[in-house]
Amino acid sequence: MVDRVSVGVAAFLAVSAVAATAAYAQKDAAQEGIEAYREALQDGNPAELYEATGEELWKTPAGPKKASLEQCDLGLGPGVVKGAYARLPRHFQDTDRVQDLESRLLTCMETLQGKDPKPYVESAFTAPPKEEMIALAAYVSGQSKGDAIAVAPKHPKEQAMYDLGKRMFYYQSGPYDFSCATCHGQEGTRIRLQDLPYIPGTKGAAAGWGSWPAYRVSAGQMWSMQWRLNDCFRQQRFPEPVYTSDATIALSMYMAANASGETMKTPGIKR
Amino acid sequence: MKNAMTHLAAIAALLLAGPALAQGKAAPSWGPGADDAAFTRMLAASFKDKGIAKVDRLTQDETQAFCSDPEAAASPAAAEKRQRIEAANMATVKWPSDGKWLGDWKEGEKIAQSGRGNTWTDKPGEPNGGNCYNCHQISPAEISYGTIGPSLLQYGALRGGDEETMKAAWAKIYNAKSLNACSNMPRAGHMGILAEAQIKHLMALLFDPASPVNAKTGPAK
Repeated sequence: MVDRVSVGVAAFLAVSAVAATAAYAQKDAAQEGIEAYREALQDGNPAELYEATGEELWKTPAGPKKASLEQCDLGLGPGVVKGAYARLPRHFQDTDRVQDLESRLLTCMETLQGKDPKPYVESAFTAPPKEEMIALAAYVSGQSKGDAIAVAPKHPKEQAMYDLGKRMFYYQSGPYDFSCATCHGQEGTRIRLQDLPYIPGTKGAAAGWGSWPAYRVSAGQMWSMQWRLNDCFRQQRFPEPVYTSDATIALSMYMAANASGETMKTPGIKR
Repeated sequence: MKNAMTHLAAIAALLLAGPALAQGKAAPSWGPGADDAAFTRMLAASFKDKGIAKVDRLTQDETQAFCSDPEAAASPAAAEKRQRIEAANMATVKWPSDGKWLGDWKEGEKIAQSGRGNTWTDKPGEPNGGNCYNCHQISPAEISYGTIGPSLLQYGALRGGDEETMKAAWAKIYNAKSLNACSNMPRAGHMGILAEAQIKHLMALLFDPASPVNAKTGPAK
């Protein structure tokens, strides 16, 4: 699996070199090279390793209560993992909150396993507590692969969360005046060679929302949606969003509802 | 908790006093679930200081508040407000202190390539980049360029180098909102992202006849 990735990288570099010498005559060669590279990556996604780890974490008793997460209710009833991710975020009666996958996992870890969510919230994304969250997210998201995204805000709190997400998406601030919309508010643009999904539209929202969690080849890391959003805010020159805070869930609701009807392709793989 | 409340109050005061909201006419483009009170609460509870990126960065100035509802900002009804915001931003522009527009285009190319600066992983005191290639095509040899902004190929060759043209380009780099209230481009000079000397280097990248941007016979290899 890893070998195939290396081959993909090598192929990509070869294509890039050709593209660089052809530079101007064929501007699109770089773009084509990247697309070919992305296609090659689909053959072996290291995210599978994280899914396996996540499944193990899901099924293994842990925490003060020595319980597994197998009775966790992700919205389709206790223990139902299949298809759950495609229907998140949603309102949960027991917490009376709109929750995304990662905040819901924290709820289950606290209630079922008796774990303190604090270290999971506060640790760095590369530290062990977050590695657990990311593996769990990879596993659960994989159980919705191929499903239609089905997020239609109905509950008043879901509708409010969508509104908040939309306003957050356009909220400009910081030394660079950036909002999410600066990069994701027009169609067909890119940063350097990176295509930018147009989040207000169905296809663009699905390209973003429907492909995270994802394995990032360049970083050699598995990223959850919360990590993706965290790094967006870093590049926006914003202060750091608190893990599973309402601003991140609101944006998730905005993306998921915009993407509704499209196909979930999780876990994804990125350059 | 007390800190969070103080911060919340500060943002609330700003949002409520914000000119965009003080207009109080057309409904905003988001729904009622994101009214000022709910949105302010969410912001205050959702972000924390990290490195050099503190929560006070969430506090908007007039331009940011106005442009955060792009539908309303682009509406015919807001035309006058847009002009007022452009004029206010133009008034912030500091012209070159020695009257010289152009620095060294080679330094300009380095600044254009660099995307460093002002994130929570950047250290204070290091020079910031201009982030230019993230959004613009500039030197033809660089094929990894973004497309949010227009291509700047042949910038000087197409426009010449008279005083008016130089002034417009300087104003655009120093404070992009002086010419277009809700431009996606950061206000590099006004926000202290780039120093005067760096802006001169970028100007040279655009205008110097020796800059690859203005190369006569197609792209450099």
